[in-house]
Amino acid sequence: MDVMTWTYLLVGASFALYIGIAIWSRAGSTSEYYVAGGGVPPVVNGMATAADWMSAASFISMAGLIAFMGRDGGVYLMGWTGGYVLLALLLAPYLRKFGKFTVPDFVGDRYYSQTARLVAVVCAIFVSFTYVAGQMRGVGIVFSRFLEVDITTGVIIGMAIVFFYAVLGGMKGITYTQVAQYCVLIFAYMVPAIFISLMLTGNPIPQLGFGSTLADGSHLIDKLDGLVTQLGFTAYTSGVKPTIDVFCITLALMVGTAGLPHVIVRFFTVPRVKDARKSAGWALLFIAILYTTAPAIAAFARTNLIETVADKPYAEAPAWVKNWEKTGLIKWEDKNGDGTMQYVAAKDRNEMTIDRDIMVLANPEIAKLPNWVIALVAAGGLAAALSTAAGLLLVISTSISHDLLKKTLMPRITEKQELLFARIGAAAAVCVAGYLGINPPGFVAQVVAFAFGLAAASFFPAIILGIFSKRMNKEGAIAGMVTGISITAAYIVYFKFINAGAGVDQWFLGISPEGFGAVGMVVNFVVAVTVAALTQAPPKSVQDMVEHIRVPRGAGAAHAH
Amino acid sequence: MADKQSSSAEAYWKANVRLVLWLLAVWFAVSYGAGILLADWLDQFRLFGFKLGFWFAQQGSIYVFVGLIFFYVWKMNRLDREHDVHED
Repeated sequence: MDVMTWTYLLVGASFALYIGIAIWSRAGSTSEYYVAGGGVPPVVNGMATAADWMSAASFISMAGLIAFMGRDGGVYLMGWTGGYVLLALLLAPYLRKFGKFTVPDFVGDRYYSQTARLVAVVCAIFVSFTYVAGQMRGVGIVFSRFLEVDITTGVIIGMAIVFFYAVLGGMKGITYTQVAQYCVLIFAYMVPAIFISLMLTGNPIPQLGFGSTLADGSHLIDKLDGLVTQLGFTAYTSGVKPTIDVFCITLALMVGTAGLPHVIVRFFTVPRVKDARKSAGWALLFIAILYTTAPAIAAFARTNLIETVADKPYAEAPAWVKNWEKTGLIKWEDKNGDGTMQYVAAKDRNEMTIDRDIMVLANPEIAKLPNWVIALVAAGGLAAALSTAAGLLLVISTSISHDLLKKTLMPRITEKQELLFARIGAAAAVCVAGYLGINPPGFVAQVVAFAFGLAAASFFPAIILGIFSKRMNKEGAIAGMVTGISITAAYIVYFKFINAGAGVDQWFLGISPEGFGAVGMVVNFVVAVTVAALTQAPPKSVQDMVEHIRVPRGAGAAHAH
Repeated sequence: MADKQSSSAEAYWKANVRLVLWLLAVWFAVSYGAGILLADWLDQFRLFGFKLGFWFAQQGSIYVFVGLIFFYVWKMNRLDREHDVHED
C-alpha cells in the first residue's frame, strides 16, 4: 500500500478510537468535568499528564532543534523534564491536599484576595491561548503534508475532533483519551527510532545506539563531530551559547513547566496526596522515554542528512528532498551553478535551507523505512497536538466558568448552569484556537517562550511561597507577581519585537529573552519577601490553612466549596 | 493533646523540608552542575562511548530526575507513617 492509504487508515483508526473513548466517558457533574471526579489512578494520570505535556513541539520540533543545536539542545531536554522534579517535590502533594479545582482557586484562597485571583485567571488564560494556537498549527502542518488537504481544512478537522471530546467529556473524557493518545504517540516515536538505530549501529535501543559504534568501527558521535566540523559548523558535542544563557534558559523552562496551569491541574485529579506524588513520578517516566530518545534521533538524523545530501548532485537527490521541497520546508538554491547541493556553515556558500520541523517527520523517509512507519509518524504527531490542545482548552473553559463566573461575577449560578458555561467556554475557545491556527500571528514561536517566561515569573514563586512560608501575605504575593511579570514581559517584548536585531552584547548579562523568565522569577521572590516583611502577617485562618495543606492526612476528593 | 499533635506536625515538616533540600541539591548537581557548568571539563571522560558532560546534558540528568521522584515517593510514604500523618 502507498503512504497515503496507510496514513488515512492509521489516522482514521486513531480518531475513531478517541471518539469512542469520549462517548464512553462523558462527564455528568462539574467535579467530573473539572477534575475527572478526583478518582484517576496514579499510573493512568501519569500517562495522561505525559500526553498532555508533550505537545506538537515535543513530538515534531524538538529532535530537529537538537539536531541543529548539538549540546546546547540540552536546555530543552533538561528544562522540560527537570520541572517535574520541582512539581513533585514542591507543588503537587500540597495542591492536591488543598483540594480545589484550579490554580487561581489556590492563589485566591491562599492570598485571601479577589485581585490575586483575577491576576491568576488572566495569566492562566493568556498562557493557555498562546500554547493552543501552536498546537492547532501543528495539526494543520501534519494534515497538509501527509493527507494533502490544505492547512485550513486540516485545522477544521482537528477542531471538530477536539470540540467533540473536550466539550462532551471534560477532564474525564480528556484523561482517558490522552491515555490512548500517549500510546499512539510513543509507539509512533519509538518505531522509527528503533529501526534507524538498528540500521546505523546494530543496537535496537536508541539511547544506547546513540553512544555505540558504526559499521566502520568509529563512534557515532565522533563521526558526527567530524562531519559537522568538516562543513564548518561547531562540533556537535560542544556548546555555542554562553554558559550563563544556557543556565538561565534551562532554569526558566524548568520553573515555567512547574508553573503551567494545565500541568498543575492534573494533580487535582488523583484520589490521595500520596497518589499525587506518585503520579508525578509516572508522568516523568513516560515523558523520559520520549525525551531520552529525542537526542538519539537528533544525532541519527543529522548524520543521515549530511551523508545523503551534502555535496550530492541535485539530479540524484532522493525523493524525500523533492517531496518536502513542495511544502517549502526544504529549499535548494544553486548559488555556484554546479548542480550539487552544498550544505555548509558559511552563509554565502550554503545552498540548502532545511526547516528543523521536518527532521522527525522526514526522518523515516530519509532512512527509507516502510510506508506504514511514515504514516504512523503522522498519526503520532496528531495525537501529540490534539492531547495538548484538549488539556489547554479545559484550563481555558474552567477559568471562564469556575474562576471568572462562579467565583467572581455570578456566584449564585447552580452547578448545572456552571457546567453549561464550562461547555460553552470550551466551544468558544476551540473556535478562537482554530482561528489562530488558520491565521497564526507571525510570532507563535516567540509567544511560546513568552508563556514559559510568564509562568516562571508569576505563578511559581506565588505558589511556592504560599506553601513554604506562613508569613507570606497578599501584599507580598501580588507585588511579587506584578513586578515579576512586568519586567519579564517588558524584556521579552523589547528584545523580540521592538529591538529584535539586538544581540548578545545588548542583553542583560548576556541572557537571551528565552532565559529571562529565570531573572523575573528571582525578582518576584525578592520583592515578595521584602514587601511581606514590611506589611501585616496574613490572618490566622490562612495560616491554619497552610498548616493544614502541609500534612497529607484528611485529603478529601476535590470539591467546590 | 493538641500540643503534642502540632509538635509532631512540626517535626514532620522539618524532616520533609530537609529531604526536599537534599534531593534538590542532587537535582541541581546533575543538571546545572554536570550538564552545564562542568560539562566542558567532564567531556574529557567517557561513558558508554559518550563524552561525559554531553551525556549528562542530553541523557544522564533525565534518568536521575526520574530516580529522584520515585525515591522521594518512597521516602515520604515512610515519613508519613513515622509521624502518623498518613492517609487511610
